[in-house]
Amino acid sequence: MSILILADHDNGQLAPATLNTVTAAKEIGGEIHMLVAGDASGDVASAAATIDGVAKVLTAADASMAHGIAENVAPLIQSIATGYTHLMAPATTTGKNIMPRVAALLDVMQVSDIIKVDSADTFQRPIYAGNAIATVTSGEAIKVVTVRGTAFEAAAAEGGSAVIEAVDAGGDSGLSSYVKSELSSSERPELTSAPIVISGGRGMQDGANFAMLEKVADKLGAAVGASRAAVDAGFVPNDYQVGQTGKVVAPDLYVAVGISGAIQHLAGMKDSKVIVAINKDEEAPIFQVADFGLVADLFEAVPELETKLG
Amino acid sequence: MKVLVPVKRVIDYNVKVRVKADNSGVELANVKMAMNPFDEIAVEEALRLKEAGGADEVVAVSIGPSQNQETIRTALAMGADRGIHIEAPHEIEPLAVAKLLKEVVAREEPGLVFVGKQAIDDDCNQTGQMLAALLGWAQGTFVSGIEIKGDSAAVVREVDGGLEHLEVKMPAVVTVDLRLNEPRYASLPNIMKAKKKPLDSLSAADLGVDIEPRLTITRVEEPPAREAGIRVSDVGDLVDKLKNEAKVI
Repeated sequence: MSILILADHDNGQLAPATLNTVTAAKEIGGEIHMLVAGDASGDVASAAATIDGVAKVLTAADASMAHGIAENVAPLIQSIATGYTHLMAPATTTGKNIMPRVAALLDVMQVSDIIKVDSADTFQRPIYAGNAIATVTSGEAIKVVTVRGTAFEAAAAEGGSAVIEAVDAGGDSGLSSYVKSELSSSERPELTSAPIVISGGRGMQDGANFAMLEKVADKLGAAVGASRAAVDAGFVPNDYQVGQTGKVVAPDLYVAVGISGAIQHLAGMKDSKVIVAINKDEEAPIFQVADFGLVADLFEAVPELETKLG
Repeated sequence: MKVLVPVKRVIDYNVKVRVKADNSGVELANVKMAMNPFDEIAVEEALRLKEAGGADEVVAVSIGPSQNQETIRTALAMGADRGIHIEAPHEIEPLAVAKLLKEVVAREEPGLVFVGKQAIDDDCNQTGQMLAALLGWAQGTFVSGIEIKGDSAAVVREVDGGLEHLEVKMPAVVTVDLRLNEPRYASLPNIMKAKKKPLDSLSAADLGVDIEPRLTITRVEEPPAREAGIRVSDVGDLVDKLKNEAKVI
């Protein structure tokens, strides 16, 4: 068995979900290689080489690789796929964008967003927004798999000493070009890897009211998220969205404020260790998954919570 | 320019999904079905492009059993011009769907394919990317903004850290995300009119595509249920429980 993992990175740092993907790969077994496709991403390659369990790092350095353009990265992976039994990537927007293109080029079916490895060819994955879990067996010679980061522990970032080897990047397909990014800048931890998440829903009534949650978040070292309803209502940007169609989080503590608990939101947070719900509607479905439910007006409860946290 | 919009028939998003007692799948019999919500957004975007003069025909295509014609009629009632139904079993994998769509593209020669970023049943998030790969076309995925500029399109993608702007060469496959638009409701007169719009039927065999599944679903089960928690009386009680009982803060 031999596994190639596509590293998700921004040319400066590895995305944390890459480490969780290494753990999933270890559970499959065999030699693990990591591909760092990028531009001036030497630091990323060095970081990849120290991940515990990674035997070899392949670097494809070229301007055409700088922004993870699927039309450029997918043919690169196809060109080096021979000999690997598994091609894996975290199920981040990068992995989700690139890997199906790789699978189609190789004429294989992908297994998306796995949450458990049963064996080298059998995986568990959520379907219907996590309302059912399917056990899926792939008979493909090369298994293309994306991994839900929150379902696996992160591999140790230190302890490995992989060899680094350059591969031919292949070049620009000429199909898509990068223009710019508008990234949310925040001092707070990243949503999918934060130990505590506090999210607001439609009950927040206005985007400005999210400042209340931010104050609590800063006291707890938490990330701020939102339900789809809050995103749809224009309170906050889409990258705050927790749910089936947004981000999946599983922090130690998840605080849902003014969130009713639609199925599609629960899909994104119900694996959190401890769930707190604050909602004035005592019938809200969120209370059915909450470990601690507080029926209260959030506009009184949240400032009080901030004060009591000291 | 012609726009092709693949639409999938799925369990209505308001329906609570039930796993079959024999763990072979989820219960589909007598369950309300609807168009995949992301595909509705794709139909809407195609219609807006046509209404703005950027497209002259919107063709909706659906793959599945004969009931999928209802889903196509929904797209026609929204305003699509024509439908294509490809007869196939309900459970058909994204790779096979992409191969069938590739053949439809070869026949129809659209300038753009708009499709939902994922279906809310299997949550695979693969079809658009696979279709783009098979066609050798550019792909714009998880798109929340698009502007056609002659032989290219400026797309805004929803990515983990925020937004990403790309220029994709046309023809292209664009997979649409939630915030792109709010789909219209079909009016009653339009639902009546849709019944008269052309709807062709084909089979997978007509298109010469092997649709045998590559993956085997051996078991489908309910996720582990969370135990019901407790109600706390006030904020002080909550903070105390989080500190001393759950020990998470």
